[in-house]
Amino acid sequence: MSGGVWRSLPRTDGIPVEVVVDGLPVRAYGGETVATLLLRLGHDHFGRHPGTDRPMAPWCLMGSCFGCLCTIDDRPGSQACLVPVSDGLTVRTGASAVAGSPDTPL
Amino acid sequence: MSGPATEAGQATADIAIVGAGLVGAALALGCARQGARVTLCDAGEDRFHASAGNFGLVWVQGKGQTVPAYARLSRRSAAAWAGFADSLADEHGTPAYAGTGGVKIALGQDELNGFAAALDRMRHRAEPTDNDTRLIDARELRERVPAVGPDAVGGLFCPHDGHADPLGTLHALHRALVRHPRVRVVRARIERVLPGGTDAPFTLQHAAGGVRAARVVIAAGHGAPTLAAALGLDARVRPQRGQIVVTERVAPFLDIACHTVRRTGDGTLLLGDSKEDVGFDVRTTGSATRSILARAVRTFPHLAGVRVVRTWGALRVLSPDGLPIYQASTRHPGASLVTCHSGVTLAASHATEVARALVDDRLAERYAAFSPARFALTGDERAAGTRAA
Repeated sequence: MSGGVWRSLPRTDGIPVEVVVDGLPVRAYGGETVATLLLRLGHDHFGRHPGTDRPMAPWCLMGSCFGCLCTIDDRPGSQACLVPVSDGLTVRTGASAVAGSPDTPL
Repeated sequence: MSGPATEAGQATADIAIVGAGLVGAALALGCARQGARVTLCDAGEDRFHASAGNFGLVWVQGKGQTVPAYARLSRRSAAAWAGFADSLADEHGTPAYAGTGGVKIALGQDELNGFAAALDRMRHRAEPTDNDTRLIDARELRERVPAVGPDAVGGLFCPHDGHADPLGTLHALHRALVRHPRVRVVRARIERVLPGGTDAPFTLQHAAGGVRAARVVIAAGHGAPTLAAALGLDARVRPQRGQIVVTERVAPFLDIACHTVRRTGDGTLLLGDSKEDVGFDVRTTGSATRSILARAVRTFPHLAGVRVVRTWGALRVLSPDGLPIYQASTRHPGASLVTCHSGVTLAASHATEVARALVDDRLAERYAAFSPARFALTGDERAAGTRAA
């Protein structure tokens, strides 16, 4: 999970917050998004494609590609690149990256 | 693809097809597979290119409610679709055809009564076996589509319906055409077709030159009327706008084809089936988007809260009665017209039996029911003609 190619630039403005990623508390900084946090943590994929089951990772980081889908605060299919980190936010990765099913409505 | 089109050194094609959408591309590949040397004229995509906006149904039920020949053609095409899709699959993808059967879901008893009446009308005109569509009750609907909500009281089911990826199909056709040794693709908008004389070829003019061909098929959708008139062809088609709403990817809940909701291979949903007569205008509107979404959520309540990612509008190519127009010119023998609104459904037939009729020069006699001569007939004459077809 560590040792990825991404690291944050030295910064002084972001307020430190605690985000829970796959059950583990991690330090994040106000102003970054869940997607950049996950990349910095070394996630090489966030979820799996619901049609092909292949791993998916962000491509555009601006809300267009839907490669960064994961479950944020129990909302499956969230676009991690559009969600700013905040204290107590929970993130789950690795699942099929889709919105609700008939059995688990949104 | 092919370089700039020039006639220097280019042999006269057996058949030139004007229009490289789903109709023209399927015909071109079919003609080439029958042994013809084909030149396909591709004007490229524009705003009114129907093949870029398709929903992707292979839809048999409801086709030819009063014209058995259309019901049978649609059914034959659906039956040929699996083989057609297999013939196009390559390392870059497939048409993603799924022969799942299809449902038209009734919301409320009034709609179901309307469906029943339409089915009844069809049975009076056509043979019951023409498309095997039947009314299903709420219980059978829930067996086939468990996710429907309480307002879904039944519907129509047809085992021959299915769905496919329309852009995937178009791209697979184009890949097959570019590879085919008897096909030349000319990337140009044909501005005019000059009829030939006895044993002289047609000349298809474009901005950078021309194409010569012994025979020519106009398959240009909304571009057909301006080209057809000079060839003695009657391409009376009008645009009907359909709007499509695309959602984020959702968990699997719908394998069967459904006329208003299609879950694509990517997991996104296409929602649609709006119909508006607004001329050549592909804009989307809030009111159509709202009504499409409202129906989708009434049909499948668990979709409330699913996010919309984009919308588009596209223009169906509709003849006055909604049926295809297949015509061979009597004034300029060798010139033909093929146009229809069901470019996906009929793609498999266009690539096989209709292409064969073009190569054999037997379009008019094999598809008499689709001649534009029907527009000049009275209702009684038309009924008599289609019973014979």
